[in-house]
Amino acid sequence: MLTVIEIYQLLPKTNCKICGDSTCMAFAVSLLGRRKKLVECTPILEENFKKQKEKLDSLLLPSAGASETGMIVHPELCTGCGNCVVACPVDVANDPHGAGMGCAPTNDRVIFKVVEGKVIASNVQECRRFGKNKVLCYACIDPCPTGAIEFA
Amino acid sequence: MLTCTGCSLLCEDIEAIIEDNKIKGTKNACRRGAARIKGCANRLVPSIDQKPSDVESSIKKAAELLRNAKSPMIFGFDNSSCEAQVQGIQFAQKIHAVIDDTSSFCQGLLMEIILQKKLKTCSLDDIRNKADVLVYWGSDAQDSHPRHLSRFSYFPRGESRQRGYEEDRLAIAIDVRESNTAKICKKHFYRINPKGDREFILALMEALSGKAPVNDAKNMLELAGVLKKAQFGAIFVGIGLMYSIKNDFEILTKLANMLPKFSIMPMVGHYNMRGLNEALFKETGYVNRVKFDEKGVQDNKYALIEALKNKSIDALVVVGSDPVLSLPRSVLSHLSSIPVICIDPCQTFTSKISSVNIPCAATGVESAGSAVRMDGKVITLKKIIENNYRSDEDVIKQLMGAI
Repeated sequence: MLTVIEIYQLLPKTNCKICGDSTCMAFAVSLLGRRKKLVECTPILEENFKKQKEKLDSLLLPSAGASETGMIVHPELCTGCGNCVVACPVDVANDPHGAGMGCAPTNDRVIFKVVEGKVIASNVQECRRFGKNKVLCYACIDPCPTGAIEFA
Repeated sequence: MLTCTGCSLLCEDIEAIIEDNKIKGTKNACRRGAARIKGCANRLVPSIDQKPSDVESSIKKAAELLRNAKSPMIFGFDNSSCEAQVQGIQFAQKIHAVIDDTSSFCQGLLMEIILQKKLKTCSLDDIRNKADVLVYWGSDAQDSHPRHLSRFSYFPRGESRQRGYEEDRLAIAIDVRESNTAKICKKHFYRINPKGDREFILALMEALSGKAPVNDAKNMLELAGVLKKAQFGAIFVGIGLMYSIKNDFEILTKLANMLPKFSIMPMVGHYNMRGLNEALFKETGYVNRVKFDEKGVQDNKYALIEALKNKSIDALVVVGSDPVLSLPRSVLSHLSSIPVICIDPCQTFTSKISSVNIPCAATGVESAGSAVRMDGKVITLKKIIENNYRSDEDVIKQLMGAI
């Protein structure tokens, strides 16, 4: 998983404040949290930082398609076993007699569903990682042995 | 809703999206099930000596080949409905054939002991509702039966296990490699050497009786402690354990006797292997490799591998199975010198070397019936697609009539 330090090491480290953050480290935190975009750092667009920018682009690319909670589902790794569907505490609370018991979800309030043999995530606003009172929940990552779900 | 025939869990909660009498998509099925429900890319076409023909002439030719055979064998039926299996047994009785299936080199012996009620077993619903300690021994349920852990064993909440896997259940994996199931079991994964199961069982039995085993005493005593504390346990016996302890089942029954709260569940592969085992057991008292003459006889020499090695069969009917894919090349040479009749919905490696190919409907999608789940529960299979393919039951009936 990408870390703040990895991003910081590739930034200009001049603390120029052009991006609006007080230091390059703070900008790295904003980048990782997807609150800011790399283009907001104008010095890195210069020619002498070309290699570092390319590296940063490739590092930040996987999280570009992440949902608001940062969840990324890799369909090519998913086997459709449904462990995440049953393990997710939100799914259990919203559908105790369906997903909670290991059966197919019986309503649309669940986060995970298996379609075409692969899991898809919806209702991200229900996720425990969403909003102001978010918690660092790992309930869907832990039961996935193939690593098909991760949080950016 | 339809029933998935991808593995012996027979998931009944699958939704299929049908457009123009074709399956366009599935919901709730795992990747394996989804592929199975969508059907095969290459349908089997009727052929005689690998030249295209029609179903009627193929059946006629198959009947002629079987009439001339002195010791034919019928192999397969693990991917057929229970109704087709009953027809298959009647067919074998009529033509005095040997009937065998993949269980003779898979879970057959364990199934026989379970059907003889020498080992305690339970249903998958019991496991969901009551089980607190789950042991995956030589089986990688996560890959072989993808929804096993999420639907029945580890993750779901059950009647007496309301807090599910987080607090109420413990999963243990015993395997030679870190399988996907072992990754879920995390620190409760016990890696053993290949063919080290017997040694592991002996050490575990020592630990269970209170002695410290010579090797790895700390881990073994810890495992024994967990097993002893279990209120309702289940051991999922996979093919890894079966092949490792070979035919010595006494050691497994001894271990089972030391664990009275544990049930044994065979991790059956094909979706209706248990169905054929049960039907044959009811009819003859044996679960597989039965020769029908005056009375049913069961002996190792009647199993497909032994029959091919000893060249003791002169015709082979393969129904919904692919021995050319699953058996080693060294035993297959005899197949080139005998007529092979293949009845299957899809093209297989076996169909490519067969003398006669007869296509049939895919059970659970194009034809209805019933099947037996790995725990013995009978599940109904529905027909959701209308087409002209005959079910394997009808093909066998017609073949019987032609003979």
